[in-house]
This record gives sequence, structure tokens and C-alpha cells, in this order.
Amino acid sequence: MENNSTATMQDFKMDQAARWCPGCGGHAVLAAIQRALPETGIDKEKVVFVSGIGCSSRFPYYINTYGFHGLHGRGPAIASGIKLANPDLSVWLVTGDGDSMAIGGNHFIHLLRRNIDIKILLFNNKIYGLTKGQYSPTTPKGSITKSSPDGTIEDPFLPGELAMGAQGNFFARVVDNDLEMMKDVFIQAARHKGTALIEVLQNCVIFNDHIHAEITSKELRAENQIYLEHGKPMLFGKNKELGLVQDGTRFKVVKIGENGVRLEDILVHNALDHDDTKDYMLVRMSLPHYPIAMGVIRSCELDVYEDLLYKQINAAKLESKIKSVDDLLISGNTFSI
Amino acid sequence: MKKRVKVIERDEVVVKFAGDSGDGIQLTGAQFSDTSAFIGNDLATFPDYPAEIRAPQGTVAGVSGFQVHIGHKEVQTPGDLADVLVAMNPAALKANMKWIKPGATIIVDIDNFDSRHYKKADYIEDPLEDGSLEGFNVVKAPISEMTRDVVKQFGLDIRIADKTKNQFVAGILFWLFNRDLAIGESFLRERFKNKPELIEANLEVLHAGYNYAETVEAIEATYQVKPAERGAGLYRNITGNIAVAWGLLAAAEKAGRKLFLGSYPITPATEILQELAKMKNLGAIVFQAEDEIAGICSAIGASFAGCLGVSSTSGPGLSLKSEGLGLAVITELPLVVVDVQRGGPSTGLPTKTEQSDLFQALYGRHGECHLVVLASSTPANCFDFAFEAARIAIEHMTPVIMLSDGYLANGSELWHIPAVKDLPGIKIPLVKDNDPDYQPYKRDLKTLARSWAFPGQAGLRHHIGGLEKADITGEISYDPYNHEKMTLLRTEKIARVANFIPLQQVIGMEEGNLLVVGWGGTYGALYTAVMEMQEEGKSISLAQFNYINPLPTNVSDIFSRFRKIMVCELNLGQFAFYLRSKLPEFNYLQFNKIQGLPFLISELKQKFNEALNNIEK
Repeated sequence: MENNSTATMQDFKMDQAARWCPGCGGHAVLAAIQRALPETGIDKEKVVFVSGIGCSSRFPYYINTYGFHGLHGRGPAIASGIKLANPDLSVWLVTGDGDSMAIGGNHFIHLLRRNIDIKILLFNNKIYGLTKGQYSPTTPKGSITKSSPDGTIEDPFLPGELAMGAQGNFFARVVDNDLEMMKDVFIQAARHKGTALIEVLQNCVIFNDHIHAEITSKELRAENQIYLEHGKPMLFGKNKELGLVQDGTRFKVVKIGENGVRLEDILVHNALDHDDTKDYMLVRMSLPHYPIAMGVIRSCELDVYEDLLYKQINAAKLESKIKSVDDLLISGNTFSI
Repeated sequence: MKKRVKVIERDEVVVKFAGDSGDGIQLTGAQFSDTSAFIGNDLATFPDYPAEIRAPQGTVAGVSGFQVHIGHKEVQTPGDLADVLVAMNPAALKANMKWIKPGATIIVDIDNFDSRHYKKADYIEDPLEDGSLEGFNVVKAPISEMTRDVVKQFGLDIRIADKTKNQFVAGILFWLFNRDLAIGESFLRERFKNKPELIEANLEVLHAGYNYAETVEAIEATYQVKPAERGAGLYRNITGNIAVAWGLLAAAEKAGRKLFLGSYPITPATEILQELAKMKNLGAIVFQAEDEIAGICSAIGASFAGCLGVSSTSGPGLSLKSEGLGLAVITELPLVVVDVQRGGPSTGLPTKTEQSDLFQALYGRHGECHLVVLASSTPANCFDFAFEAARIAIEHMTPVIMLSDGYLANGSELWHIPAVKDLPGIKIPLVKDNDPDYQPYKRDLKTLARSWAFPGQAGLRHHIGGLEKADITGEISYDPYNHEKMTLLRTEKIARVANFIPLQQVIGMEEGNLLVVGWGGTYGALYTAVMEMQEEGKSISLAQFNYINPLPTNVSDIFSRFRKIMVCELNLGQFAFYLRSKLPEFNYLQFNKIQGLPFLISELKQKFNEALNNIEK
């Protein structure tokens, strides 16, 4: 898949501007992808962006690669067909919280379970934007929206939890106002072999403005985000003075230097651990007791569907005496007249 | 001591095997069919099984059947009524009494005719003793008991031992039809090649059945059905579902594309998925999807990436695929959806046949959403129409629905094996890398098909999707006139397929009193009824349609040469409705049946005679 072609950011840009609202988080995600792709070395002719329906799913039209704007929720199935047809392609799926977790929930979990090498960008703005403001499967309970005038009475999904419950092996979380973080994580996802889910905490300026403000605002982000990197201590805070330590079966937030806490006491992030117990804990961390986990939380390389599929196909081609349809038609019980 | 019996020579014989779902009825049926094919008989078969895997034993609901029609002359249907019935229990007898000929031979397993068994089948008295079988030749064979005696030496578990009793039946049939036991033996060796411990027991039971028939007084005569007069060549017995799978493989090979099947198991289409899953050696990519929707959507994705994308299903699954079909229509990608029709609506009659998905295939989508609809008409030509569906899908860049049905899917017939080199070529609308003139929605002037560029090709990057496209460029367009133009182009593209398909054929005279019109799987019954009436000197012909949308160009011309047209279908008149909308200048009589069963020759002939008599009056 990789080659030495020197694609640039410009190669992935379209002539026309993206038609998202001014200030929509989508613009930043697009820019981050256009910056990340050249660094992965992937041949630009082999990149395919697939999507479902919704604001986020217009993405393929705004990037200069092969693109397929599909059906609501069905993106994972279309992307799976493309990848299995030609495993040499770099297949990216762009979806939203409604597209992937409501109408396409079934396809979404089965894609993760199969571990087909597809990268999923999940734009989570916790609202239905294209239909103008109804609640989604990730909308916080009690939210007043156009379809919940008295507040929602449903508990929301946490995408990371759902992904790991579906045997997902790569899960990352990013915010839409941190271009460098997005770029870095997109590159890591591109290099991961298997299904990779990246949840983008995305702002919808029109229907759910400031939904992630507590996490993303300039004033709060250092305290409220913890950027996880494999092999590095789990530190956060303006001066990286805060960290996570193990406290019984839970994490605890501590301050280095307080109560004798030293840097060596801070947990070191291991994204490669097959055991996902700690990953669940990281994914579930919520304000105000914990910071929100960002970066690549889990990244395990296990069997990839299309590798096993083509292994079976190649073995069968080698072993079977039936090499052509003609061979097949005359195999078994035939009768000569 | 061998008894001397008379040998009755027959042009055709119908044999029905019936018993509990677990009695090995389908196996015995297949064995008898293969043996018949081996000695050169023409044949058609039809299995008839309950929707439950193992319905309560001994009840009428649990009866599984397999009908074989063998002939010295041409055989086109599994036959209306049986000459020989094998009934493994009272329920099997009860379920089949109305499907046997007067004077038929009935072979029963006498060990299953005690009061406990016949009461389970809701008989008040023993049917073998109450006089209801007077006039039939009843052979009361102790099949269960003798089988157990024979296999005792192999020390098999009693449940496994009982599973060999179908071979006792097979043995009786081999003797009854003067068959060479060696053929049955080789069938068993092949069938159980992975379970060698069962081969000897089955062989022993087969011989025991044969010897029993040879000795017992009750069988007074044997049948001889001479080989059919067929063209020389290599033949095989094939079911519709297997033929579909192989036709798709042949098309993929011919087109030089990988075959991708995205599918979800559903009766009676599942064998297509299972058969192709075994064909990895030919490069078939089979994806058992999480549901019907993912089945078709994965196939659409695979088509975008350059495969021949296919999804197989039955009626309820086709409903779920409607949305995907719309996407394939607007993205103008090649796609084959095989719908093996069953009784509906909803779960309906999953194991029974019907032709009631025609409306759904033609109209079951939102928007102006036209596509090609084909129907296969015999088990063997499921191969041809699966191939044809793929050819049209690729050459015309469109989804094609191929309608089969439960009767064709599970029924079998002898098939003259073709050579792949003799199949039609498939011209792919490919684009060369870096073609400076490439435009995603630029069209071929004759077919109006756009061209097919795959991700990975250099210099052809483009976007497709469900939003309306601008003519030629394929960019998103909400322009009202463009939408109308694109709608007309997509519709015209399908209409023009009529210029690339054969003319409609008429069986019999090109003009006359009555034209029987059918489509799809009713061919065998309609053909047989019409041929018999032609031999009786009646002015009757048959037009059986395989190309449903678009219709061949000469249909109006054919219809105008007959005084009456009667459309026969296993639904309430969907094709008749369609013809009335397409060719309203003709009057269409209808004969419809909606019982989950194929037409009987007898009921068709009665209906046709009535129509002809009305003309003469």
C-alpha cells in the first residue's frame, strides 16, 4: 500500500470548498486528514473515503480521493465490500453518532468484530445536524432537543465502550480544535493493521454549540484532557503536574510532589495490552473527577479478516484440482450419453 | 429362490418418497435420481420439506417428501401424481394419498403402523386395514426391523443404525426398477467418503432391501424405463440453486472479474451462499454479512472496487435490500441480486414456492428506480440466467434482479454441461489509467452505460454516491432540469437493454386460438400441458418469459396473432397486471394459484380446454 510517491497536502484538496457551516468541526478534521495522509506514504490513488448519511458523511466529496457517499448507517458494509474486493486499498469510513450508533449500529459493531482494516472517523457532536437538531444515541440524558422537548429519557452510548464491547482493537479519541493531535492520531490509525476507530469530539455550531466546551476550551483543556501516548506516563495539567495512579480497582488523580507522589508512581500507558480492562477504565473517565482520555487508548494488532480470507482463498487455489469453471462443471457425478 | 415377475415397460414413472424429516428421504431421492440419470433416463425432481428442521415425529406437519419423475421421453416436471409411493409412517401416507395415481404401488414401513403411530397421524383406525387402500398395490415391508437386524453386526448406535433404513427402501426401489446395484453402491461410497464407518452398514442394508423385494410375494411386477433419447454429450443432475452459483462463477470468469457474494442465510436461497463459500479455489469472495442490508451494500462496495458484486436472497430479504438497490441504480454500478421466491407476505411459507415477488422486483423501491428483471424457468437454466444477469449488469452498468423460486431452487433436472468458451462474451466498460477524457457519468452512446473505473487506478479519482449527479461530471447537482434529465437517462438505459436481448420465442404455432403466457418457474408444467394439448390437435401455444423488464421487442407482435391470451402464474396476477400496463391493447385471461405448490398438468389442461371451448362456442 505504501509507496515512495511524494503526495502533498495539496493533492488531497478539492477545487471547491467544503460546504459545512462556518465554524463546523468538520473543516478541521478535513484539514488534519489532508495533512496526515501525505505523511503515511500511502499512494493517493489507493485511498478511498466511504461514508453514510449526515453532515459528517459529506466528507468524501471534499477530499480528492476515490469516494463513495453511501446510505444512512450502511457505510461499514460498503467499505467492507471495497476492502475485501481489493485489500491493497486504504479505506477510510467517515460517520457520525447517528449514522454509526443508531441506524447503522449493527453494521458498526460487526465491522469492529471482524477487524477488517478500515479506519473509522466518528464525528461525535451528540446531535442530529442534517435533520436540524434531534437527539442522537450519544446525547446526554435529560437534554432538551427538538425531538425531546421535555428532555431525553435515554442513557447515551459511550462510543469507546461500545467499540470495545464489539471486540474493537484500536480506539482513539481526539478533539476537533487540536489539529496536531488529530494529525498525529490519524497517522497512528493509518499505520495500525485492523479496524481503527477514532472518535472526534466535534462541535456543531448550529444545533449543539459548546457541547464539548468543558473539554476543548482553551481555559479548561489542560486540566480536563489527558493525552495518552503508549509507553509514556499518564500526565496532564498545564505543566504536566497531574497524573493517574492505580488506587485499588480504580484510577486516582494525583499531583506530583503532593503527598510524596513522584513521577515514577504515575501509571505508564500501555496501548498494546490485549487485556482491555484498563482501556474500559480510561474510556469511561468523566468530568469532574477525571480528565477525558485523548489519543490512542487501545491499539492491539490481532488477526485481520481479509488476511485470513485471502489465506483461505490462496490455499484453496493451490490445493484444489478444480482450477476453472470448466473443471467444476465436469466434476463429481456426470453421465455421458 | 428368485421369483419370476413380469416387467412393465413404461415411458415415464413418478416416484414419491415420504417420511419424517430425519428419515433420509432427501438422500434416498437424490440416490434414486442419480441412478436414473446414470442409466440415461430424463428426469426432474422436487423436494418438499417442512419449515421446521425436525417437526414432531410421525405427524403430518413433519412429513418430508421427495418426488422424482423419470422418463424415456422428455420430462419437464416432477409429475402431478405418483406411480410409486414410499411411506415410512402413517403421516407420510396420509399427507400423500391425494398425490398418487389410482392403482399406485404403496410401499410402507409396516413397523411404524401400530396404533401409537397412526393415531399421531390422526387416523382413527389402521389405514392399512380400514379398506381405504383398496385398489392399490400395498407392500407392507418390515423396513425398521429388518434394517436393525442387518446392522446389528456393525455395533452402531441405534439412532445411527435407524438412519440406514432409507437404504432398505433404496434396495427395494433398485429391484423394482431393475437397476444395477453397483450404481447405488458407488453413490454411497461417494456420499460417505468422509464417514467410512457408515459405508459397510449402508451397503449391507441396500442389499438386504434388494433381496427382500426379490423374495417377497407382494411385489408382482417391476418397471423398466428405457434411456431417454437425448443428444450425445456430458450431462449432470443439477438443482436451481447450484446452477445459479455456477452461472455466477462462469460469468465472473468470462468477464475476468472477481466474484463477490455478500449474503445472509435465508430459505430457500441459502445453498447459493453455501455453494459459493466452497468455491474459494475459483477465487470467489464470500462475505456472510450481519444482515440482508449489509449483504447488498457490501456487494455494491465490491462492485465499486471492480468485482462482480452479487447478493442472494428471498422475498423478505429483497424487501430489506430495496434501499441498496436504489443506491446501485443511482451509482450505476453492476450488481446482481438473486431472489429465490417463496410464499409470502412476511415469513409466509418459507419452504414453499410462489411467484409473488414480481411486483417487488419491478416496483419495490422509492423514486423513479428502474432496473432489469430476469426470471429463470428451469433448474438448469438458472445457470444461463445467472450468467445473463451478470452479463447485462456489467455491460449496461445496472443492478439486475434475477428471480428464481423455491421450486427451481430445490428441484433438479438433467443438464447438458456447456463449455465456458461457448458462453457469450462479456464486454466490460473499462477505463484506461490516466484517461484524460474520463468523466464518471459520461455514457456509451448505444447502451447509455457509464464506464467502470476502480479505486487504485491512476488518474481516475472520482466520487459517487446517493445524491443526484450532474450529467457527465457526476458532481452533486440539485438542478431541477438535470434531475429530470438524469432520471430519463437512467430509465432509457434500462429500456435500451431490450436491444441486447433475444426475441421472445413461441412454443408451437406462431398464431392460433390460445396463447398460454407464463414466466419463470412454471415453464415445465405449462410446457407439458401445452405440448400434450398440441398432440391432441388443439390450437394452443406457449410464450414463457425469461426477460421481464425490459420485455423483448416482439411481444406485441406475438400477442396480436392469438384470439385469446391466458396468463398463468403462482400469484394473484402480477405479470398479467404488468402486461396490461405495458400492452393495454390486449385482453388477458388469468389462471392463478397461490397454494405454495406448482401447477398440476391436469388443472392447467382443464383450464385451457375451457378457454378453447369458449372460443369455439
